[in-house]
Amino acid sequence: MSNDHSKESIQEHIRVYLMVFGALAVLTVITVLASFIEVSTSEGIFLALIIASVKASLVAGYFMHLITEKGMIISILLLTVFFFFIMIFLPLISYTDSAGTHVPWVDGQ
Amino acid sequence: MSSSSNNHDHHEENFIQKYIFSVDHKVIGIQYGITSLLFLLFGFSLMAIMRWQLAYPGTEIPIVGFIFGESGVLASEQYNSLGAMHGTIMIFLGIVPLAVGAFGNYLVPLQIGAIDMAFPKLNAASYWTYFVGGVIMISSFFMPEGAARSGWTSYPPLSVFENGQTIWLISMIFLITSSLLGSMNIIVTIVQLRAPGLTWMRLPIFTWAQFVTSFLLVLAFPPLEAAAVMQLMDRVAGTSFFLPSGLVMSGEIVDVAGSGSPLLWQHLFWFLAHPEVYVLILPALGIVGEILANNTRKPIWGFKSIIYSMVFLGFISFIVWAHHMFLTGMGQAMSAFFQTTTMIISIPSVVILTSYFLSLWGGSIRFNTPMLFALAFLPMFGIGGLTGLPLGLAASDIYLHDTYYVIGHFHYVVAPGTIFALFAGIYYWFPKMTGKKMSEMLGKLHFWPSLIFMNGIFMPMFIQGLAGVSRRLADGGQSYAHASGVLEWNEFMSISAFCLGLAQIPFIVNIIMSLYSGQKASRNPWDSTTVEWAAPSPPVGHGNFDGPINVYHTAYEYSVPDDKKDFKPQFEN
Amino acid sequence: MEIPYSIEEREDTGLINSKLGIWIFLASEVMLFGGLFSAYIFLRIAAPPGDFEYWASKLSVPMATVNTMVLISSSVSMVMAWASLKLKDFSKYKMYMGITLLCSALFMVIKYFEYTSKFSHDIFPSTSNFMAIYFTLTGLHGLHILGGVIVMLYFYLPISHKLWEEQPEHFTNRIEALGLYWHFVDLVWIFLFPVLYLL
Repeated sequence: MSNDHSKESIQEHIRVYLMVFGALAVLTVITVLASFIEVSTSEGIFLALIIASVKASLVAGYFMHLITEKGMIISILLLTVFFFFIMIFLPLISYTDSAGTHVPWVDGQ
Repeated sequence: MSSSSNNHDHHEENFIQKYIFSVDHKVIGIQYGITSLLFLLFGFSLMAIMRWQLAYPGTEIPIVGFIFGESGVLASEQYNSLGAMHGTIMIFLGIVPLAVGAFGNYLVPLQIGAIDMAFPKLNAASYWTYFVGGVIMISSFFMPEGAARSGWTSYPPLSVFENGQTIWLISMIFLITSSLLGSMNIIVTIVQLRAPGLTWMRLPIFTWAQFVTSFLLVLAFPPLEAAAVMQLMDRVAGTSFFLPSGLVMSGEIVDVAGSGSPLLWQHLFWFLAHPEVYVLILPALGIVGEILANNTRKPIWGFKSIIYSMVFLGFISFIVWAHHMFLTGMGQAMSAFFQTTTMIISIPSVVILTSYFLSLWGGSIRFNTPMLFALAFLPMFGIGGLTGLPLGLAASDIYLHDTYYVIGHFHYVVAPGTIFALFAGIYYWFPKMTGKKMSEMLGKLHFWPSLIFMNGIFMPMFIQGLAGVSRRLADGGQSYAHASGVLEWNEFMSISAFCLGLAQIPFIVNIIMSLYSGQKASRNPWDSTTVEWAAPSPPVGHGNFDGPINVYHTAYEYSVPDDKKDFKPQFEN
Repeated sequence: MEIPYSIEEREDTGLINSKLGIWIFLASEVMLFGGLFSAYIFLRIAAPPGDFEYWASKLSVPMATVNTMVLISSSVSMVMAWASLKLKDFSKYKMYMGITLLCSALFMVIKYFEYTSKFSHDIFPSTSNFMAIYFTLTGLHGLHILGGVIVMLYFYLPISHKLWEEQPEHFTNRIEALGLYWHFVDLVWIFLFPVLYLL
């Protein structure tokens, strides 16, 4: 995409940007409406995160041009995402692993 | 995002533009070098005061005793301050800036044949952010509250209530930002500005080490920044991110919202601080690799396995951090997991160290000062690494945790390990930086006492640690019966430490003397193969090289059969 | 002295310096906000049941929904500003950049009213752990908005025309890097909005 500088292709991009804008607006409304649906907490979290991820992918893919980005950047981001999940989940697993044993300061006793 | 317009190039620069607010990577590298060496000296002095207290508890500190009040005796809180600041200064203001800021800045562009870093202004910003962070950190000694007292790890809830922590946190945010800017710059420089022909597998070990190190800094430092912001909120805005409910202090329940988690800090802290260990060691391994290849006059053994090991080491260093937390009530499954990853991470370290040892085999070794330091690095780092294994195993860690054994272990990695490698690097690249050679005689006078006294300090720590002496006692363990058998070592270690300080005098003299009256160095005084030796010594102002650079060979083509010279520089066809 | 590959792409990587640089910076930002999100999850699990939901219900969903739309609009106008530069249309660029600036100012104003309404109800970061993480996350995000606004102002003020005239390619690249940063700030908000206001 960044290699292609012709006028037509840019105008084509602009059309895509506006469509993405529309999709983002619709998804925002859906997120808010979905939060009023009576579901269990875990289902609600799941739903909200799914919608947020779709929105985020739209922004990253089209506004930030990630879908046509160079391999170097994609691999750096994949590495980052991997460590991101490591950082989120390993402490969490450590916490749940120890919660059955004896961690008074986390239980607030 | 640099915008250097053409009319800036040719006007005369005054002193301030040239040496203070310079955007030249060489000047910034030297600025980093001088500042961090001064911080290392300062951190060492803090330790010397602590060691006096440990050897002769309750007696007056000689020379500087007046700082600590009327009696000149160190109070326990002051001892804690010194301990916390010694760790912080040595790691964040001393070694990392020296290894990454100074060596990385100065050498990476030279080794890849580039005219400067990719973002020269960002580079200057990185140095000045570091400088401000350093000034803030030092200023905390003069604040009414005093300097931070909660160790360099700053574990809450203690750190949230101890004096001096706010300044520590603000300073850390500056230092982290500085590291981020610097390491971003190094990555972009290595990816984008390599000279024609310099493919990835032709990059020298040192540049590879800087590349991996920079990734560690970019991805591991931000979580600590987040944690520092949260601890700052705990202290300033009264939140309780890290404060549990029902916290009792001095017999009273503390009035905070509660239900926070002290363990959260430990996770976020060690998520940085374990990769940080590899930030400390990787540049050192890179420097030692360069010097070994050069002074054995043969290609480094297992170049590719060393590179792959470094990358793997960097990668897996993100998944081992909780081996610092075996005693926090973590369950057996997770302990087993982190214990396994910790054992796995020792494999690439051993691969690298073994390759270095094998590189010595059959070489005609030149025993000059840089080589002596590099050679000493190998067994010292080996001791440091091997003594780490019992700490990585959950069962033995229960006994050894927070004893002097731990102190001995990581100091062997960092002090006679990394610092020796950094000394080696200074002796090795000094001719390139200044155009003058350093004195070999003074260099050896620096090396031998340093080697002896380093071991004099840290070897007895294993003995004390195995006897169960805790690392945080202001009296060195006098009040504990189980420590009485090993207390006589305290005096021995302290005297070694003071002698180690004296042993640095030849080094300082050497730098100053060589700068003024050293022997003139040629372009390539060590007959080396890597690209930095293609530049004049010292490299020319903006632009480094006096001609375009092309790279034709892999990094270490020494003693190629049927060649006239015993080395084949990368930059010569 | 001109650093190579500031304007034209390097052949083997296909990248210019500023683009790689800003992406690595964004990678570090992912980890920065990741640390705070990790704190959010940790604290939510450790909190008494219902505590986070209770305090979250004190937040104003309408205000946040408007803010989400405002920020998405600013993202679109930012990318349009960049596309206008690609089409060599500087006056259109000025218009879109102006809209982006207006949107970010509006975002900050709404944020200000949100904060002050909390303070007037005696809700502070120290009130509960949810409020602590709410103020920290949105505060840090607000600082990012502020940083973006300062850079945008630099590229909006009259000096920008001179920069554009001198080096149009370089100027376009700088706007692209700024845009990447801005979209990332938008992206963080896309996650902050459901996590803080709706869950």
